[in-house]
Amino acid sequence: MLYTNLKHLETAADHNQAISENENVMVICGRMGPMCIPVYGIAEELETEYRHVKFYDMEFDNPESRVIRSLPEVRGFMGIPFTIYYKNGKVVKATSSIQTKDQLTAILDREFAAPVNA
Amino acid sequence: MPDTMNRSKHYDAIVIGAGPAGLTAGIYLSRARLRTLIVSEGTVGGQMILTHEIANYPGVENISGYQLAGIMKKQALAFGCEIRSNVSVRNLEPVGEMKSVTLSDGSTCTSDSIVLTPGGRSRTLGVPGEDNFKGRGISYCATCDGDFFTNKEIIVVGGGNSALEEAVSLTKYASKVTIVHQFDHFQAFEHAVEEAENHPGIRFLMESTITGFYGNDNLEHVTIRNLKSGRIINYKTNGVFIFIGYVPNTEFLKGRIELNKWGEIVVHEDMSTGIQGVFAAGDSIAKRFRQVTTAVGDGTVAALAASGYLHELKVKHKQLISA
Repeated sequence: MLYTNLKHLETAADHNQAISENENVMVICGRMGPMCIPVYGIAEELETEYRHVKFYDMEFDNPESRVIRSLPEVRGFMGIPFTIYYKNGKVVKATSSIQTKDQLTAILDREFAAPVNA
Repeated sequence: MPDTMNRSKHYDAIVIGAGPAGLTAGIYLSRARLRTLIVSEGTVGGQMILTHEIANYPGVENISGYQLAGIMKKQALAFGCEIRSNVSVRNLEPVGEMKSVTLSDGSTCTSDSIVLTPGGRSRTLGVPGEDNFKGRGISYCATCDGDFFTNKEIIVVGGGNSALEEAVSLTKYASKVTIVHQFDHFQAFEHAVEEAENHPGIRFLMESTITGFYGNDNLEHVTIRNLKSGRIINYKTNGVFIFIGYVPNTEFLKGRIELNKWGEIVVHEDMSTGIQGVFAAGDSIAKRFRQVTTAVGDGTVAALAASGYLHELKVKHKQLISA
């Protein structure tokens, strides 16, 4: 169980709904471990700033997360979390392992545009 | 305090770091009705949030580091403490009655006192390719990424307790584990060394160090230099786990605060540093034991000492005005 303050995706259907109903989506697929927790923490903080992006997490060991683990964009990934950025339902970027706030915001700004009040 | 000062950015105390030491200092200072700001380079909680289970924190039977950090943060906020996370310190001016901290977002805050609790981080090898293959063959966490290396040959770098214990745990997945260590002996406890040495799935390359990581999309091989002979070999591997200890996050303090040869902050018994009004606590100070409980204790002492300093400072200013 992921005890973060992000919205959780429990099933593949939840995942598909999230990316079809929202233009800009970031999903962090991981565990409660040292490489993943900092990424959840940064995403929680960015939620208020990046209102045009929906932030979710999904438990890596949940069989339903196959919807992420089987993406062609994560082939070769050997470190969690798998962080996937979707625009209009399509993967525009995927990263493996821990990321800094600067790395995350650089991707968010490039793929989804910087927040208006930034 | 000059009238021209922008009060909205002036604090009684600025705490740099939001691990257990920094959050505790924030709780004590703000509860003492001192205007307090905590700034943190990373996520609130520091190294504590990386601990899956804390079972030896008195008063709490069992809790994750993430949850404990969340509670501490809530306590600090409830007492009026301000917290700004994921911002780093660009410049620090700790000398004099008026301290100044410039942050990576370009803002500058001033304060009458500073509590330094920047903590530490995992040490990296710092050799070519290390950044490129992070998450694509290089890992710093066996429990996170071990299962990606099932039936693969991997390397563990390091010779301390973490390296040897994680090497043994990685044999659950990997077909072969090679420990690469720079010295001819290990620093780990005897029982950990014994367990690793007696494990049939582990071999050793002593007095050796990795000098580069290579591959295309994923890690394919590394170069290893024997430190005694100078000979360099190519070594095929899909995974390298690095456990070479921690370093204090004190680079930004060099030349400003007294650090020892390991980069740890030198403090007195009351957590004061050599500079008036500057205190330090937690994993970044020179000390023997680094636990959540010791960080909380240090943070308490630093906050109480800072409160005392601030009280004396106010008395001094009042006397100057009335004189």
